Amino acid sequence: MRILLVDDEAELVSTLTERLSFRGIEADWVTTAEEALEMAEKGSYDVAVLDIKIPRISGLTLKKLLEERHPKMKFIFLTGHGSEEDFRIGSAEAGEDYYLIKPVNLDLLIEKLKEITGAKA
Amino acid sequence: MNDHWENMARQGSRFFGKMTASLSHEIKNALAIINEKAGLLEDFTLMAEQGRGMDPKRLKSLAGDIMKQIQRADGLVKRLNRFAHSADEWVRTVELEEALALILSIAHRPASMREAVLEAEPASTPLQVTTKPFLLENMIWACIEFFLSENQKRIRLIPEKTSDGVRIRFVGDLPLPESSGLLFPGEAEKVLLRALGAELRMKPATGEMVLHLPKGP
Repeated sequence: MRILLVDDEAELVSTLTERLSFRGIEADWVTTAEEALEMAEKGSYDVAVLDIKIPRISGLTLKKLLEERHPKMKFIFLTGHGSEEDFRIGSAEAGEDYYLIKPVNLDLLIEKLKEITGAKA
Repeated sequence: MNDHWENMARQGSRFFGKMTASLSHEIKNALAIINEKAGLLEDFTLMAEQGRGMDPKRLKSLAGDIMKQIQRADGLVKRLNRFAHSADEWVRTVELEEALALILSIAHRPASMREAVLEAEPASTPLQVTTKPFLLENMIWACIEFFLSENQKRIRLIPEKTSDGVRIRFVGDLPLPESSGLLFPGEAEKVLLRALGAELRMKPATGEMVLHLPKGP
């Protein structure tokens, strides 16, 4: 399973990447939508984990751009917004199962990654 | 409630919500990083228990990273607190530079989401103004938001003394459209300007907008 993590907080995604690698999950990270599109061209990623708010475009717009170019790619969204209202709106668009609130529960993220890719636990 | 008060209340609520949501988003990010760094520390500990060596330099660096994020979160909470208390008194004397610094420190994230940089230039002398601080902050943000909507990428705020008060010059890196005066201030901002006894002048050719504030009673 190959994962692309996209969040403008470099320290967050770099640390998540390292922790995922300890658990046998290969991941790369970037901090902008442009880098994400570029990386997705080079690598073959099964899942993109996107912050819902990244500079210039939203995570949902980036999802659409990635989806057009890589139709098999799956998506999980992260958000720093914790209100019920934000969750309701975000999950309606992203799918409640794949919309996680920061701070990230790593076990839950891995569970969702396996679920979405059909990988065995 | 008449239209005037309703407009002001609506504008104020929207502004307060936007600023506190932005700060809480940043606090969440700092907490998320602390969470991952602490998790990584735990990973290293588990690996050490299984006989794998631990690099003391890496542990020291991780502890430093966590402390840095705690300081960041503490700074954010302090800003949130100062912002919340700026609404305590309806009218008071404020240091204009301090008011600008507070708004810029909160508004930098929504600005950076649009890849814009906000800068406040120092005033040559201390500038005090007796005003409605919360409405002033709201008006400053409204001006910044207008510049952001015009895709300005560098927005400078320059506080200056005038013969009858103070002014803030908002200077972008691009000229503003000739029609700017029709777009801004809108009805909501006009209500704020009236409540502040302030005036707004556009200088589209130089990408500049000037907010004039009376010195107050």
